[in-house]
Amino acid sequence: MGDGILPGLVKGLGTTARSLTRRTHTAEYPDVAPALPPRSRGVIALTEENCTSCMLCARECPDWCIYIDSHKEELPPTTPGGRARQRNVLDRFAIDFSLCMYCGICIEACPFDALHWSPEFEYAETDIRDLLHEKDRLGAWMATVPPPPALDPGSVDPAEVTAAAKPPRGAAGAGPRAGSAPRAGAGAPGRTRGDGPAARPTRVRPESPAGSDRAAGSLQGASAAAPERPAADRAVDATKPMPALGDTGSPAAEGDSTQVLPEVTPDEEGRE
Amino acid sequence: MNLVLAPWLEVVLRALAVLVAFLVLPLLVGQTEHKVMAHMQGRLGPMYAGGFHGWAQLVADGVKFVQKEDITPARADRQVFRLAPFVALIPYLVALAVIPLSPKVVGATVDASVVLVLAVIGVGIIGTLMAGWASANKYSLLGAMRAAAQLVSYELPMVLAVASVALAAGTLSLVGIGNAWNPWWLLWQLPGAVVFLVSALAELQRPPFDMPLADSEIVFGAFTEYTGLRFAFFLLAEYAGIVVMSLLFAVLFLGGWHGPFEPWVGWVWTLLKGFLVAVVVIWLRVSWPRMREDQLQRLAWVWLVPMALFQLAITAVGVVVFPR
Repeated sequence: MGDGILPGLVKGLGTTARSLTRRTHTAEYPDVAPALPPRSRGVIALTEENCTSCMLCARECPDWCIYIDSHKEELPPTTPGGRARQRNVLDRFAIDFSLCMYCGICIEACPFDALHWSPEFEYAETDIRDLLHEKDRLGAWMATVPPPPALDPGSVDPAEVTAAAKPPRGAAGAGPRAGSAPRAGAGAPGRTRGDGPAARPTRVRPESPAGSDRAAGSLQGASAAAPERPAADRAVDATKPMPALGDTGSPAAEGDSTQVLPEVTPDEEGRE
Repeated sequence: MNLVLAPWLEVVLRALAVLVAFLVLPLLVGQTEHKVMAHMQGRLGPMYAGGFHGWAQLVADGVKFVQKEDITPARADRQVFRLAPFVALIPYLVALAVIPLSPKVVGATVDASVVLVLAVIGVGIIGTLMAGWASANKYSLLGAMRAAAQLVSYELPMVLAVASVALAAGTLSLVGIGNAWNPWWLLWQLPGAVVFLVSALAELQRPPFDMPLADSEIVFGAFTEYTGLRFAFFLLAEYAGIVVMSLLFAVLFLGGWHGPFEPWVGWVWTLLKGFLVAVVVIWLRVSWPRMREDQLQRLAWVWLVPMALFQLAITAVGVVVFPR
């Protein structure tokens, strides 16, 4: 019995006694549903309409567990005298979950968002052959696919938002011609979110054409956009009543929340 | 017991009561072990059997053991192999019969019950030895030999510790010792109590003294070849052993039925103290690693025997200086 054995033994007793008084870590799974983290990989769901049978997923799959059969169909010309078009029709789409290793490469590879992760995981079978999910079963999982989680604060804008925020080709020349202050990086791809409301581009503005009825407009307008940057709006209103909006007379832009306003000139944005 | 019964009826009733206690108390300790060990390890333990927090888990285990095939190995010494579980189990039944819960609540009143209990407990090891020898399996034999070596080492300090208490009380009767107990004994007999607890653990082959079973080394020691009900009897013997040792410790060192409230609730106090000791036995199992064979022997001969002798000397001085 060397030195330090007795304190060690007492410490051991203390540790076990302490954990006796604490909450257990047991997950009572069948009785209590587990709290799965977001983006849990349970099963792969298929939106059949989005699939073009391009075979990218099947080719990328490291396990070769995706089976796709398709044939070509001829579509009649849409205009008289036009050319008939061909289209892929999906006959079979199956994923063998007894082979799948849940790497998710097929979902990453799909260019048309036909494949999604669903957090459902309770599809064990007594016969391994039943783990081959055909397209109807894969399609049934779509109902369990959660909406995409919100972006983390500070993350890059989604690609479609960045693309929509880009000024159209006609407006691109306006900046140099006006000869104003340099753009504050507004709308540039890769700009991060959350760098203050004042620096944001005024790209989402469905509510009102003039500053006078701005309050009413924000009441009826998209509620997600309105409370985001009241400070910016107020700053703009103080200087001048949004000429861009008045000029275009934006009935076309109304209701389309991602529509960029074409005539927002760069010097205005710089002043914001 | 003011009620006068026919002698044969009284014997039958007492025997039945002891049998019921023998079947219920080990299960209670076993279930406590399930639950306490689980929570000490951050788990819940059995939750399904019986509905409420798995209270019937050990009953379910018993049913399972009954359903299993009773296998006797082809090369085994059949008679000895089949007899061994009972040799291991019965001594604890006898011991439980003479351990008093209070002066009135006792299965059988025996004058030298301390001697009887110690002698009978020593018989239990023969069951392990028989099992190990008859199994015709090297792991069984190794386990049995380790068990025997362990018993030889730890029986001595245990007997010395009990002798000290008997000396202090001036009687060999458990009822007499319990009656003679007073709170000062907690201090006076402390070294003896420690020695008794440690050697009781070793006799029961409970962790940290489970070298004879050592499932990571020798499968399951002497019980390797056993299945079904006979294996269940060995397990029952282990938990009955915990009950016997815990109650013995409660009566000898913790004053058994001494406690507040009416004298007639004394048996509750004994059971309560015994249960606490059983929980400590479980606690030690959860907390401490297994001792190596040489460490085991060293602990017994280098520490426990001298400590027990020292206790005996203290007791002798005490008895002479403060005669009752």
